[in-house]
Amino acid sequence: MSAPLAGTAPLIDAHAHFYYAGAGRSDWADLNAARFRAGERIGITYHVASVLGSYGFSSPTYFPSPDDVTAGNDAMLDIAAREQDRVRMYVTVNPNYTDHALHEIDRCVDRGAIGIKLLASRRADDPLLDVIADVAAERGLPVLHHIWQHRRREWPSQEISDGADLARLALRHPRANFILAHLGGGGDYAHTFPAVVDVPNVFPDVSGSGVDRGMLDGAVAILGAARLLWGSDLTMETGLAKLRALEVMGLDENALADIRWRNAVRLFPGGSFPRIAPNLGTHHAQHTALRAR
Amino acid sequence: MIDVNTFVGGYPFRHVPHPEPAALVRVLERDRIDVAWVGHLPSAFYRDPAPGNRELRAQLASNKRLLRPVPVVRPDWPRWEHELRAAHDDGAPAVRAYPPQWGLGPHDAAMRELALATGELGMMLVLTVRFEDLRQRHALDVAGDLSAAAIRALARSGDRARIVVTAAGREMIEEVHWGLTPREQERVLWDISWIWGPPEDQLAKLFRTIGSRRFVFGTQWPLRLVQNPRANLDLLPDDVREMPLGSVERGA
Repeated sequence: MSAPLAGTAPLIDAHAHFYYAGAGRSDWADLNAARFRAGERIGITYHVASVLGSYGFSSPTYFPSPDDVTAGNDAMLDIAAREQDRVRMYVTVNPNYTDHALHEIDRCVDRGAIGIKLLASRRADDPLLDVIADVAAERGLPVLHHIWQHRRREWPSQEISDGADLARLALRHPRANFILAHLGGGGDYAHTFPAVVDVPNVFPDVSGSGVDRGMLDGAVAILGAARLLWGSDLTMETGLAKLRALEVMGLDENALADIRWRNAVRLFPGGSFPRIAPNLGTHHAQHTALRAR
Repeated sequence: MIDVNTFVGGYPFRHVPHPEPAALVRVLERDRIDVAWVGHLPSAFYRDPAPGNRELRAQLASNKRLLRPVPVVRPDWPRWEHELRAAHDDGAPAVRAYPPQWGLGPHDAAMRELALATGELGMMLVLTVRFEDLRQRHALDVAGDLSAAAIRALARSGDRARIVVTAAGREMIEEVHWGLTPREQERVLWDISWIWGPPEDQLAKLFRTIGSRRFVFGTQWPLRLVQNPRANLDLLPDDVREMPLGSVERGA
Protein backbone atom coordinates (compact mmCIF):
# COMPACT_ATOMS: atom_id res chain seq x y z
CA MET A 1 0.00 0.00 0.00
CA SER A 2 1.40 3.40 -0.98
CA ALA A 3 1.93 6.22 1.51
CA PRO A 4 -1.08 8.42 2.21
CA LEU A 5 -1.29 11.37 -0.15
CA ALA A 6 -1.65 13.84 2.73
CA GLY A 7 1.15 12.31 4.76
CA THR A 8 1.18 10.09 7.80
CA ALA A 9 0.37 12.70 10.47
CA PRO A 10 -3.05 12.31 12.09
CA LEU A 11 -5.97 13.68 10.13
CA ILE A 12 -9.56 14.09 11.34
CA ASP A 13 -12.35 14.79 8.88
CA ALA A 14 -14.72 16.84 11.05
CA HIS A 15 -17.43 17.00 8.40
CA ALA A 16 -18.36 13.76 6.67
CA HIS A 17 -21.58 11.99 5.69
CA PHE A 18 -22.63 8.40 5.15
CA TYR A 19 -25.64 6.90 3.41
CA TYR A 20 -27.93 3.94 3.94
CA ALA A 21 -30.77 2.14 2.21
CA GLY A 22 -33.33 4.69 3.44
CA ALA A 23 -31.50 7.49 1.66
CA GLY A 24 -33.31 6.68 -1.56
CA ARG A 25 -30.19 6.13 -3.61
CA SER A 26 -29.44 2.72 -5.04
CA ASP A 27 -25.71 3.54 -4.96
CA TRP A 28 -25.62 4.31 -1.24
CA ALA A 29 -23.19 1.50 -0.43
CA ASP A 30 -20.87 2.62 -3.24
CA LEU A 31 -20.81 6.12 -1.78
CA ASN A 32 -19.80 4.81 1.62
CA ALA A 33 -17.15 2.56 0.09
CA ALA A 34 -15.82 5.48 -1.96
CA ARG A 35 -15.47 7.60 1.19
CA PHE A 36 -13.44 4.88 2.87
CA ARG A 37 -11.36 4.28 -0.27
CA ALA A 38 -10.53 7.96 -0.67
CA GLY A 39 -10.06 8.33 3.08
CA GLU A 40 -7.40 5.63 3.11
CA ARG A 41 -5.67 7.13 0.13
CA ILE A 42 -5.65 10.62 1.66
CA GLY A 43 -4.70 9.32 5.11
CA ILE A 44 -7.80 10.17 7.14
CA THR A 45 -7.50 8.75 10.62
CA TYR A 46 -11.10 9.42 11.68
CA HIS A 47 -14.25 10.38 9.78
CA VAL A 48 -16.64 12.29 12.05
CA ALA A 49 -19.88 11.82 10.19
CA SER A 50 -23.62 12.20 10.19
CA VAL A 51 -26.57 10.83 8.27
CA LEU A 52 -29.07 13.52 7.30
CA GLY A 53 -32.42 11.81 7.75
CA SER A 54 -33.47 10.29 4.42
CA TYR A 55 -31.57 12.88 2.35
CA GLY A 56 -34.82 14.07 0.86
CA PHE A 57 -36.31 10.69 0.02
CA SER A 58 -39.18 10.69 2.51
CA SER A 59 -38.75 14.16 4.06
CA PRO A 60 -36.58 17.12 3.00
CA THR A 61 -32.86 16.89 3.69
CA TYR A 62 -32.81 20.12 5.67
CA PHE A 63 -36.19 19.60 7.33
CA PRO A 64 -36.09 15.91 8.21
CA SER A 65 -39.10 14.35 9.91
CA PRO A 66 -38.58 12.83 13.35
CA ASP A 67 -38.92 9.33 11.90
CA ASP A 68 -36.28 10.05 9.28
CA VAL A 69 -34.01 11.61 11.87
CA THR A 70 -34.25 8.45 13.97
CA ALA A 71 -33.72 6.13 11.00
CA GLY A 72 -30.72 8.12 9.86
CA ASN A 73 -29.21 8.16 13.32
CA ASP A 74 -29.77 4.41 13.62
CA ALA A 75 -27.91 3.89 10.37
CA MET A 76 -25.10 6.14 11.55
CA LEU A 77 -24.90 4.28 14.87
CA ASP A 78 -24.53 1.02 12.94
CA ILE A 79 -21.75 2.39 10.73
CA ALA A 80 -19.90 3.87 13.71
CA ALA A 81 -20.16 0.58 15.59
CA ARG A 82 -19.01 -1.45 12.61
CA GLU A 83 -16.15 0.92 11.79
CA GLN A 84 -15.14 1.91 15.28
CA ASP A 85 -11.46 2.24 14.37
CA ARG A 86 -12.13 5.04 11.92
CA VAL A 87 -15.67 6.46 12.25
CA ARG A 88 -17.19 8.75 14.87
CA MET A 89 -20.72 10.08 14.88
CA TYR A 90 -22.72 13.29 15.10
CA VAL A 91 -26.31 12.81 16.20
CA THR A 92 -28.56 14.69 13.78
CA VAL A 93 -31.61 16.51 15.17
CA ASN A 94 -34.41 18.76 13.97
CA PRO A 95 -34.89 21.45 16.64
CA ASN A 96 -38.53 21.98 15.65
CA TYR A 97 -39.23 18.74 17.52
CA THR A 98 -37.63 19.62 20.81
CA ASP A 99 -38.52 16.53 22.82
CA HIS A 100 -37.53 14.24 19.99
CA ALA A 101 -34.28 16.12 19.49
CA LEU A 102 -33.34 15.88 23.14
CA HIS A 103 -34.27 12.21 23.23
CA GLU A 104 -32.15 11.51 20.14
CA ILE A 105 -29.18 13.29 21.68
CA ASP A 106 -29.47 11.20 24.85
CA ARG A 107 -30.01 7.97 22.96
CA CYS A 108 -27.15 8.40 20.50
CA VAL A 109 -24.62 9.95 22.87
CA ASP A 110 -25.17 7.03 25.21
CA ARG A 111 -24.24 4.80 22.27
CA GLY A 112 -21.14 6.77 21.32
CA ALA A 113 -22.09 9.93 19.39
CA ILE A 114 -19.52 12.68 20.07
CA GLY A 115 -21.24 15.74 18.58
CA ILE A 116 -24.58 17.20 17.46
CA LYS A 117 -25.46 17.96 13.85
CA LEU A 118 -27.90 20.77 13.13
CA LEU A 119 -29.13 21.28 9.58
CA ALA A 120 -31.14 24.23 8.35
CA SER A 121 -34.49 23.42 9.92
CA ARG A 122 -34.50 26.57 12.01
CA ARG A 123 -32.42 29.75 11.95
CA ALA A 124 -29.31 29.38 14.10
CA ASP A 125 -30.16 32.27 16.41
CA ASP A 126 -33.73 31.08 17.03
CA PRO A 127 -34.50 30.61 20.75
CA LEU A 128 -35.64 27.09 19.93
CA LEU A 129 -32.01 26.12 19.62
CA ASP A 130 -31.13 27.26 23.13
CA VAL A 131 -32.12 24.04 24.81
CA ILE A 132 -29.96 22.07 22.40
CA ALA A 133 -27.02 24.39 22.96
CA ASP A 134 -27.53 23.96 26.72
CA VAL A 135 -27.31 20.19 26.39
CA ALA A 136 -24.27 20.51 24.14
CA ALA A 137 -22.50 22.63 26.74
CA GLU A 138 -23.51 20.35 29.58
CA ARG A 139 -22.31 17.21 27.85
CA GLY A 140 -19.25 18.71 26.15
CA LEU A 141 -20.53 18.03 22.63
CA PRO A 142 -19.62 20.37 19.77
CA VAL A 143 -22.49 21.38 17.51
CA LEU A 144 -21.80 21.20 13.78
CA HIS A 145 -24.20 23.72 12.23
CA HIS A 146 -24.95 23.82 8.50
CA ILE A 147 -24.13 27.33 7.25
CA TRP A 148 -24.57 29.40 4.13
CA GLN A 149 -21.71 31.90 4.03
CA HIS A 150 -23.45 35.29 3.97
CA ARG A 151 -27.19 34.82 3.78
CA ARG A 152 -28.44 37.66 1.59
CA ARG A 153 -31.90 36.25 1.06
CA GLU A 154 -33.98 33.16 1.71
CA TRP A 155 -33.05 30.14 -0.39
CA PRO A 156 -35.42 27.30 -1.19
CA SER A 157 -35.41 23.99 0.68
CA GLN A 158 -33.70 25.30 3.78
CA GLU A 159 -34.03 27.90 6.54
CA ILE A 160 -30.48 28.93 6.06
CA SER A 161 -28.18 30.57 8.60
CA ASP A 162 -24.91 32.40 8.16
CA GLY A 163 -21.93 33.18 10.35
CA ALA A 164 -23.65 36.16 11.95
CA ASP A 165 -26.67 34.02 12.90
CA LEU A 166 -24.48 31.35 14.42
CA ALA A 167 -22.40 33.94 16.23
CA ARG A 168 -25.54 35.19 18.01
CA LEU A 169 -26.31 31.69 19.23
CA ALA A 170 -22.71 31.12 20.26
CA LEU A 171 -22.62 34.36 22.22
CA ARG A 172 -25.66 33.24 24.18
CA HIS A 173 -23.94 29.94 24.97
CA PRO A 174 -20.29 30.66 25.70
CA ARG A 175 -19.79 27.22 27.29
CA ALA A 176 -20.82 25.42 24.13
CA ASN A 177 -18.62 25.02 21.05
CA PHE A 178 -19.95 25.40 17.52
CA ILE A 179 -18.42 24.13 14.31
CA LEU A 180 -19.42 26.45 11.47
CA ALA A 181 -19.95 24.15 8.51
CA HIS A 182 -18.09 24.26 5.21
CA LEU A 183 -16.38 27.56 4.56
CA GLY A 184 -16.14 26.28 0.98
CA GLY A 185 -19.74 25.16 0.87
CA GLY A 186 -21.23 28.10 -0.92
CA GLY A 187 -21.84 31.76 -0.26
CA ASP A 188 -19.34 34.43 0.62
CA TYR A 189 -16.80 33.13 3.13
CA ALA A 190 -15.26 36.62 3.30
CA HIS A 191 -18.37 37.69 5.20
CA THR A 192 -18.00 34.83 7.67
CA PHE A 193 -14.54 35.77 8.92
CA PRO A 194 -15.48 39.12 10.48
CA ALA A 195 -18.85 37.71 11.56
CA VAL A 196 -17.24 35.16 13.89
CA VAL A 197 -13.77 36.51 14.60
CA ASP A 198 -14.78 37.88 18.00
CA VAL A 199 -16.74 34.80 19.01
CA PRO A 200 -14.14 32.33 20.24
CA ASN A 201 -16.49 29.36 20.53
CA VAL A 202 -17.17 29.25 16.78
CA PHE A 203 -14.80 27.03 14.80
CA PRO A 204 -15.23 26.97 11.01
CA ASP A 205 -14.44 23.82 9.07
CA VAL A 206 -12.83 24.28 5.67
CA SER A 207 -14.87 21.66 3.83
CA GLY A 208 -17.08 22.17 0.79
CA SER A 209 -16.66 22.05 -2.96
CA GLY A 210 -15.39 25.63 -3.12
CA VAL A 211 -11.64 25.96 -3.59
CA ASP A 212 -11.34 29.69 -4.12
CA ARG A 213 -7.80 30.99 -3.85
CA GLY A 214 -7.67 33.38 -0.95
CA MET A 215 -10.24 31.57 1.16
CA LEU A 216 -7.74 29.59 3.24
CA ASP A 217 -5.34 32.54 3.41
CA GLY A 218 -8.15 34.72 4.75
CA ALA A 219 -9.28 32.11 7.24
CA VAL A 220 -5.80 31.64 8.65
CA ALA A 221 -4.95 35.34 8.65
CA ILE A 222 -8.17 36.53 10.29
CA LEU A 223 -9.23 33.61 12.49
CA GLY A 224 -5.94 31.79 12.99
CA ALA A 225 -5.13 28.10 12.65
CA ALA A 226 -6.38 27.42 16.19
CA ARG A 227 -9.94 28.17 15.04
CA LEU A 228 -10.07 25.95 11.93
CA LEU A 229 -10.90 22.31 11.38
CA TRP A 230 -10.20 20.23 8.30
CA GLY A 231 -13.12 18.47 6.65
CA SER A 232 -14.32 17.25 3.28
CA ASP A 233 -18.13 17.10 3.31
CA LEU A 234 -19.26 15.94 -0.17
CA THR A 235 -16.02 16.50 -2.07
CA MET A 236 -12.94 14.73 -0.77
CA GLU A 237 -10.71 15.92 -3.61
CA THR A 238 -11.23 19.51 -2.47
CA GLY A 239 -10.24 18.39 1.01
CA LEU A 240 -6.97 16.95 -0.28
CA ALA A 241 -6.36 20.05 -2.38
CA LYS A 242 -6.84 22.26 0.68
CA LEU A 243 -4.34 20.21 2.69
CA ARG A 244 -1.80 20.62 -0.09
CA ALA A 245 -2.57 24.34 -0.32
CA LEU A 246 -2.16 24.80 3.44
CA GLU A 247 1.28 23.25 3.18
CA VAL A 248 2.44 25.61 0.44
CA MET A 249 1.01 28.60 2.31
CA GLY A 250 3.92 28.16 4.69
CA LEU A 251 2.06 27.27 7.88
CA ASP A 252 4.35 25.88 10.54
CA GLU A 253 4.04 22.35 11.82
CA ASN A 254 1.95 23.38 14.81
CA ALA A 255 -0.56 25.30 12.75
CA LEU A 256 -0.92 22.43 10.32
CA ALA A 257 -1.41 19.98 13.17
CA ASP A 258 -4.06 22.25 14.67
CA ILE A 259 -6.08 22.23 11.48
CA ARG A 260 -5.47 18.57 10.61
CA TRP A 261 -6.42 17.09 13.97
CA ARG A 262 -5.50 18.95 17.14
CA ASN A 263 -8.40 21.40 17.17
CA ALA A 264 -10.79 18.50 16.68
CA VAL A 265 -9.23 16.62 19.57
CA ARG A 266 -9.66 19.72 21.73
CA LEU A 267 -13.28 20.23 20.69
CA PHE A 268 -14.72 16.73 20.96
CA PRO A 269 -15.12 14.89 24.25
CA GLY A 270 -11.95 13.48 25.75
CA GLY A 271 -11.06 10.03 24.52
CA SER A 272 -12.97 10.37 21.24
CA PHE A 273 -9.93 9.60 19.12
CA PRO A 274 -7.88 6.93 20.88
CA ARG A 275 -5.71 6.20 17.82
CA ILE A 276 -4.41 9.77 17.98
CA ALA A 277 -4.99 11.64 21.05
CA PRO A 278 -3.95 12.42 24.47
CA ASN A 279 -7.03 12.73 26.60
CA LEU A 280 -7.67 16.46 26.26
CA GLY A 281 -10.85 18.03 27.60
CA THR A 282 -13.48 19.78 25.56
CA HIS A 283 -12.95 23.38 26.54
CA HIS A 284 -9.26 23.40 25.69
CA ALA A 285 -10.36 24.51 22.25
CA GLN A 286 -11.71 27.89 23.35
CA HIS A 287 -8.72 28.55 25.56
CA THR A 288 -6.34 27.70 22.75
CA ALA A 289 -8.24 29.88 20.33
CA LEU A 290 -8.16 32.79 22.74
CA ARG A 291 -4.46 32.37 23.43
CA ALA A 292 -3.72 32.29 19.74
CA ARG A 293 -5.30 35.68 19.06
CA MET B 1 0.85 18.49 -18.72
CA ILE B 2 -0.92 21.54 -20.13
CA ASP B 3 -3.24 23.61 -17.94
CA VAL B 4 -5.80 24.94 -20.43
CA ASN B 5 -7.60 27.14 -17.94
CA THR B 6 -5.54 29.87 -16.30
CA PHE B 7 -5.70 33.65 -16.25
CA VAL B 8 -3.72 36.66 -15.26
CA GLY B 9 -5.25 39.86 -13.98
CA GLY B 10 -7.83 40.79 -11.39
CA TYR B 11 -11.44 39.74 -10.99
CA PRO B 12 -14.08 42.46 -10.62
CA PHE B 13 -16.13 40.83 -7.87
CA ARG B 14 -13.56 39.79 -5.28
CA HIS B 15 -9.91 40.11 -4.40
CA VAL B 16 -7.74 37.43 -5.95
CA PRO B 17 -4.26 37.07 -4.50
CA HIS B 18 -1.29 37.57 -6.85
CA PRO B 19 -2.86 37.05 -10.27
CA GLU B 20 0.44 37.92 -11.95
CA PRO B 21 2.41 35.99 -14.56
CA ALA B 22 5.42 35.62 -12.25
CA ALA B 23 3.24 33.94 -9.63
CA LEU B 24 1.78 31.62 -12.25
CA VAL B 25 5.26 30.62 -13.41
CA ARG B 26 6.18 29.69 -9.85
CA VAL B 27 2.95 27.70 -9.45
CA LEU B 28 3.55 25.77 -12.67
CA GLU B 29 7.06 24.86 -11.63
CA ARG B 30 5.97 23.84 -8.14
CA ASP B 31 3.09 21.73 -9.39
CA ARG B 32 4.95 20.17 -12.33
CA ILE B 33 2.72 21.66 -15.02
CA ASP B 34 4.62 22.15 -18.26
CA VAL B 35 2.60 24.83 -20.00
CA ALA B 36 -0.39 27.06 -19.23
CA TRP B 37 -2.89 28.51 -21.62
CA VAL B 38 -3.41 31.95 -20.15
CA GLY B 39 -6.36 34.27 -20.57
CA HIS B 40 -6.73 37.85 -19.37
CA LEU B 41 -9.34 37.74 -16.63
CA PRO B 42 -10.50 41.38 -16.72
CA SER B 43 -11.13 41.09 -20.48
CA ALA B 44 -14.03 38.74 -19.83
CA PHE B 45 -15.87 41.79 -18.52
CA TYR B 46 -14.69 44.37 -21.05
CA ARG B 47 -16.93 45.38 -23.94
CA ASP B 48 -14.02 45.75 -26.36
CA PRO B 49 -11.50 42.98 -25.75
CA ALA B 50 -8.67 44.52 -27.82
CA PRO B 51 -6.99 46.52 -25.01
CA GLY B 52 -7.05 43.45 -22.77
CA ASN B 53 -5.48 41.36 -25.50
CA ARG B 54 -2.67 43.89 -25.89
CA GLU B 55 -2.15 43.82 -22.13
CA LEU B 56 -2.07 40.02 -22.13
CA ARG B 57 0.53 39.86 -24.88
CA ALA B 58 2.69 42.39 -23.07
CA GLN B 59 2.42 40.57 -19.75
CA LEU B 60 3.34 37.18 -21.21
CA ALA B 61 5.97 38.39 -23.69
CA SER B 62 8.91 37.28 -21.59
CA ASN B 63 7.47 33.86 -20.81
CA LYS B 64 5.76 32.75 -23.98
CA ARG B 65 7.21 29.24 -23.88
CA LEU B 66 5.60 28.51 -20.53
CA LEU B 67 2.62 30.89 -20.65
CA ARG B 68 0.79 30.73 -23.95
CA PRO B 69 -1.56 33.65 -24.52
CA VAL B 70 -5.21 32.89 -25.17
CA PRO B 71 -6.72 36.22 -26.18
CA VAL B 72 -10.38 37.08 -26.43
CA VAL B 73 -12.22 37.35 -29.72
CA ARG B 74 -15.69 38.85 -29.63
CA PRO B 75 -17.48 37.89 -32.83
CA ASP B 76 -20.18 40.56 -32.67
CA TRP B 77 -17.54 43.30 -32.54
CA PRO B 78 -16.36 45.05 -35.72
CA ARG B 79 -13.15 43.67 -37.22
CA TRP B 80 -13.14 40.62 -34.98
CA GLU B 81 -11.52 38.67 -37.82
CA HIS B 82 -8.45 40.88 -37.44
CA GLU B 83 -8.26 40.11 -33.75
CA LEU B 84 -8.47 36.41 -34.53
CA ARG B 85 -5.77 36.65 -37.20
CA ALA B 86 -3.55 38.59 -34.80
CA ALA B 87 -3.97 35.87 -32.19
CA HIS B 88 -3.05 33.24 -34.74
CA ASP B 89 -0.02 35.17 -35.99
CA ASP B 90 1.09 35.63 -32.41
CA GLY B 91 1.14 31.86 -31.90
CA ALA B 92 -1.90 31.60 -29.68
CA PRO B 93 -3.14 28.00 -29.45
CA ALA B 94 -6.69 29.12 -28.81
CA VAL B 95 -8.96 32.09 -28.25
CA ARG B 96 -11.49 32.67 -25.53
CA ALA B 97 -15.09 33.80 -25.89
CA TYR B 98 -17.65 34.79 -23.24
CA PRO B 99 -21.15 34.71 -24.77
CA PRO B 100 -23.08 35.16 -21.47
CA GLN B 101 -21.02 38.19 -20.51
CA TRP B 102 -21.69 39.71 -23.97
CA GLY B 103 -25.38 38.91 -23.93
CA LEU B 104 -25.10 36.49 -26.86
CA GLY B 105 -27.73 33.75 -26.85
CA PRO B 106 -27.18 30.04 -27.36
CA HIS B 107 -27.85 30.11 -31.10
CA ASP B 108 -25.98 33.27 -31.95
CA ALA B 109 -24.78 33.13 -35.55
CA ALA B 110 -21.66 35.15 -34.82
CA MET B 111 -20.52 32.62 -32.24
CA ARG B 112 -20.92 29.80 -34.76
CA GLU B 113 -18.88 31.79 -37.26
CA LEU B 114 -16.16 32.27 -34.66
CA ALA B 115 -16.08 28.56 -33.83
CA LEU B 116 -15.58 27.69 -37.49
CA ALA B 117 -13.07 30.44 -38.20
CA THR B 118 -11.02 29.47 -35.17
CA GLY B 119 -10.97 25.84 -36.23
CA GLU B 120 -10.04 26.82 -39.75
CA LEU B 121 -6.87 28.39 -38.38
CA GLY B 122 -6.06 25.26 -36.37
CA MET B 123 -6.92 26.93 -33.09
CA MET B 124 -9.33 25.96 -30.35
CA LEU B 125 -12.18 27.98 -28.89
CA VAL B 126 -12.15 28.11 -25.08
CA LEU B 127 -15.48 28.67 -23.33
CA THR B 128 -16.10 29.32 -19.63
CA VAL B 129 -19.21 27.94 -17.98
CA ARG B 130 -18.68 29.98 -14.79
CA PHE B 131 -16.11 31.89 -12.83
CA GLU B 132 -17.64 31.42 -9.39
CA ASP B 133 -20.13 29.24 -7.59
CA LEU B 134 -23.66 30.50 -8.19
CA ARG B 135 -24.21 30.85 -4.46
CA GLN B 136 -21.51 33.45 -3.87
CA ARG B 137 -21.95 35.78 -6.81
CA HIS B 138 -21.93 39.52 -6.46
CA ALA B 139 -25.31 41.19 -6.92
CA LEU B 140 -23.99 42.82 -10.10
CA ASP B 141 -22.77 39.51 -11.53
CA VAL B 142 -25.94 38.62 -13.41
CA ALA B 143 -24.64 37.14 -16.69
CA GLY B 144 -25.41 33.61 -15.59
CA ASP B 145 -23.69 30.38 -16.61
CA LEU B 146 -22.94 29.39 -20.17
CA SER B 147 -25.77 27.07 -21.16
CA ALA B 148 -25.56 23.51 -22.42
CA ALA B 149 -27.63 24.61 -25.41
CA ALA B 150 -24.97 27.13 -26.38
CA ILE B 151 -22.26 24.47 -26.28
CA ARG B 152 -24.34 22.03 -28.31
CA ALA B 153 -25.00 24.67 -30.93
CA LEU B 154 -21.29 25.39 -31.34
CA ALA B 155 -20.38 21.70 -31.43
CA ARG B 156 -22.91 21.25 -34.21
CA SER B 157 -21.55 24.19 -36.22
CA GLY B 158 -19.25 22.09 -38.38
CA ASP B 159 -16.34 19.70 -38.54
CA ARG B 160 -13.73 22.40 -38.19
CA ALA B 161 -14.93 23.49 -34.76
CA ARG B 162 -12.68 22.51 -31.84
CA ILE B 163 -13.99 23.60 -28.47
CA VAL B 164 -12.59 23.39 -24.94
CA VAL B 165 -15.28 23.92 -22.31
CA THR B 166 -13.94 24.93 -18.92
CA ALA B 167 -15.59 24.89 -15.49
CA ALA B 168 -18.48 22.57 -16.34
CA GLY B 169 -19.95 20.07 -13.91
CA ARG B 170 -21.07 16.52 -14.51
CA GLU B 171 -24.69 17.25 -15.39
CA MET B 172 -23.86 19.79 -18.06
CA ILE B 173 -21.18 17.57 -19.56
CA GLU B 174 -23.59 14.65 -19.83
CA GLU B 175 -26.37 16.83 -21.19
CA VAL B 176 -24.13 18.13 -23.96
CA HIS B 177 -22.27 14.92 -24.73
CA TRP B 178 -25.31 12.69 -25.08
CA GLY B 179 -27.07 15.40 -27.07
CA LEU B 180 -24.45 15.24 -29.82
CA THR B 181 -23.66 12.72 -32.51
CA PRO B 182 -20.39 10.80 -32.05
CA ARG B 183 -18.82 13.00 -34.71
CA GLU B 184 -19.96 16.17 -32.92
CA GLN B 185 -18.77 14.84 -29.58
CA GLU B 186 -15.23 14.68 -30.96
CA ARG B 187 -15.22 18.45 -31.37
CA VAL B 188 -15.56 19.09 -27.63
CA LEU B 189 -13.04 18.70 -24.82
CA TRP B 190 -13.85 19.40 -21.18
CA ASP B 191 -11.52 20.62 -18.50
CA ILE B 192 -11.76 18.89 -15.12
CA SER B 193 -11.56 21.95 -12.89
CA TRP B 194 -15.16 21.80 -11.57
CA ILE B 195 -15.95 18.06 -11.65
CA TRP B 196 -16.50 16.36 -8.31
CA GLY B 197 -14.35 13.50 -7.07
CA PRO B 198 -15.09 11.03 -4.26
CA PRO B 199 -17.35 9.99 -2.70
CA GLU B 200 -19.68 10.90 -5.60
CA ASP B 201 -16.85 9.97 -7.99
CA GLN B 202 -18.33 12.02 -10.81
CA LEU B 203 -15.00 12.28 -12.63
CA ALA B 204 -14.59 8.51 -12.51
CA LYS B 205 -18.14 8.01 -13.76
CA LEU B 206 -17.51 10.36 -16.68
CA PHE B 207 -14.28 8.57 -17.54
CA ARG B 208 -16.20 5.27 -17.64
CA THR B 209 -19.15 6.54 -19.66
CA ILE B 210 -17.77 9.25 -21.92
CA GLY B 211 -14.10 8.28 -21.92
CA SER B 212 -11.11 9.98 -20.33
CA ARG B 213 -9.83 11.30 -23.66
CA ARG B 214 -12.64 13.83 -23.79
CA PHE B 215 -11.15 15.54 -20.72
CA VAL B 216 -8.15 17.81 -20.31
CA PHE B 217 -6.33 19.28 -17.33
CA GLY B 218 -7.48 22.70 -16.17
CA THR B 219 -7.33 24.55 -12.85
CA GLN B 220 -8.96 27.98 -13.29
CA TRP B 221 -6.02 29.58 -11.50
CA PRO B 222 -5.92 32.24 -10.04
CA LEU B 223 -9.60 31.95 -9.07
CA ARG B 224 -9.28 28.41 -7.73
CA LEU B 225 -6.65 26.30 -6.00
CA VAL B 226 -4.27 24.84 -8.54
CA GLN B 227 -4.05 21.70 -6.38
CA ASN B 228 -7.66 20.67 -6.94
CA PRO B 229 -7.68 18.86 -10.31
CA ARG B 230 -4.49 16.99 -9.46
CA ALA B 231 -6.04 15.87 -6.18
CA ASN B 232 -9.06 14.70 -8.15
CA LEU B 233 -6.88 12.60 -10.47
CA ASP B 234 -4.94 11.23 -7.51
CA LEU B 235 -8.15 10.00 -5.89
CA LEU B 236 -9.60 8.21 -8.91
CA PRO B 237 -10.58 4.60 -8.27
CA ASP B 238 -8.13 1.95 -9.47
CA ASP B 239 -10.06 1.00 -12.60
CA VAL B 240 -9.78 4.47 -14.10
CA ARG B 241 -6.65 5.88 -12.51
CA GLU B 242 -4.34 5.05 -15.41
CA MET B 243 -6.70 6.26 -18.10
CA PRO B 244 -5.05 8.99 -20.17
CA LEU B 245 -6.50 12.45 -20.49
CA GLY B 246 -7.19 13.91 -23.92
CA SER B 247 -4.87 16.31 -25.59
CA VAL B 248 -5.45 19.83 -26.83
CA GLU B 249 -2.45 19.44 -29.06
CA ARG B 250 -4.07 16.86 -31.26
CA GLY B 251 -7.58 18.09 -30.49
CA ALA B 252 -8.94 14.76 -29.30
